[in-house]
Amino acid sequence: MADSGTRSSTVYHDAAKTLQGKITLDGVNVFYGPKQAIHDVSMVIPDRSVTAFIGPSGCGKSTILRTINRMNETIDIARTEGSIRIDGDEVNSKAVDPVILRARVGMVFQKPNPFPKSIYDNVAYGPRIHGLASGKRDLDAIVETSLKKAGLWDEVADRLDQPGTGLSGGQQQRLVIARAIAVSPEVILMDEPCSALDPIATAKIEELIDELRENYCIVIVTHSMAQAARVSQMTAFFHMGDLVEYGPTEDIFTNPHEPRTQDYITGRFG
Amino acid sequence: MNNQLHAHTVRAYSDELNALSDEIARMGGLCESQVSDCIAAVMRRDPALADQVVEGDHQVDALESATEKRVIRMLALRQPMASDLRATIAAYRISGDLERIGDLAKNIARRTHELNKSEPLELTRSVERMGKLVVANLHRVLDAFSAGSAEEAIAVCRSDEEVDEHYNSLFRELLSFMIEDPRTITASAHLLFVAKNLERIGDHTTNIAEMIHYLVTGNELHREIRRDPGDVA
Repeated sequence: MADSGTRSSTVYHDAAKTLQGKITLDGVNVFYGPKQAIHDVSMVIPDRSVTAFIGPSGCGKSTILRTINRMNETIDIARTEGSIRIDGDEVNSKAVDPVILRARVGMVFQKPNPFPKSIYDNVAYGPRIHGLASGKRDLDAIVETSLKKAGLWDEVADRLDQPGTGLSGGQQQRLVIARAIAVSPEVILMDEPCSALDPIATAKIEELIDELRENYCIVIVTHSMAQAARVSQMTAFFHMGDLVEYGPTEDIFTNPHEPRTQDYITGRFG
Repeated sequence: MNNQLHAHTVRAYSDELNALSDEIARMGGLCESQVSDCIAAVMRRDPALADQVVEGDHQVDALESATEKRVIRMLALRQPMASDLRATIAAYRISGDLERIGDLAKNIARRTHELNKSEPLELTRSVERMGKLVVANLHRVLDAFSAGSAEEAIAVCRSDEEVDEHYNSLFRELLSFMIEDPRTITASAHLLFVAKNLERIGDHTTNIAEMIHYLVTGNELHREIRRDPGDVA
């Protein structure tokens, strides 16, 4: 276990090895201009399970999340070092088209961001631009399946032509998840997907996450420790750009090994 | 108990956790004197002291109920995690064991009146020795709780073996006593129950030690570890 005095945060966990690894981070450093935001993070994120990233604001959890689908590239001064592999494929390889990568690795943000289009078009957009549907009937089927998987179909089936922005916050977030699912991703990244939602809408999203993990590798950044405990199988705790501790969620919340993890999850940080 | 950790950002939460361990310490101290008093009552054939123990059990029960309420409140309102979660659960379980110890002490005290109806038995001394060991272990386990010492907790678990041996030999001796002289059967039977209750107090003390080990280390104390001194690092 990394001693708290060093900057190295290479923390593998045996449990991650026994689960089928989907994403492998190896010596990942991220810089914003001259400032180093992530220090030498290495971890294996298992497939078909939910991995939660927790830590105080500014600890680098969202930054790490965004390296997985190269979203940091959209920030000019951001620079990523190290290896990030999905099923062994190097994400940062020149041969990888970020647009294709982001279809493989879907993302859901804190604030639901449906397109100013109909509910139908929101979901159909991805399959259309990626040429995933062979015709109208095929596209209809993708839209219906995606909305069903996102637990939204019953609420919107009779008003698919209405604007997605007219839905409630929780419905919008599920619409965005349906949009991500529609392009058949392998990984879904969620950056505080429930922080703008009320408890009922949050519970629906959490239920959805639990169902989705049967088919996807899900990584969720959350400020709510209770949410991390409820939805995830693995939890990673970040602090000041270090991966401090990574292990099965149950262990992290009942018996963390690192004093910094202990202090954070019990509310003793200060 | 929480001294080695930083204080909580929410001070009232730290206060509640401290109050919880204070309550356990208070309840433990009370139980310790209940157990030593009940043994003294039997030894000295002192009915007044016996009544005092019986009366004192209400206080133990009240403390258990207060602890239970506090634990439920904390689980509902604070959602304790990690070491706080373990401290809360351990307090709940320990208070349950202490309450049972209180009941067993009361039961021993009540037998004073019955034992006083017959001639003193020679074996009462063996019971006294066993009682001293049980009280010593209880004292030690409460110290282990205050100090947050997993090593001491393991030592208490091991020491319970000796209590069990005491009980087994007393059982055999009392049995032969009864066979030899059937007139001692009533008193011997009561003394046997006293010994049995002391043995049960030893078991509850062991449970407390196991909870302390869990509280401090986060790991269960496995049977093998506590049985085999060679196993411990």
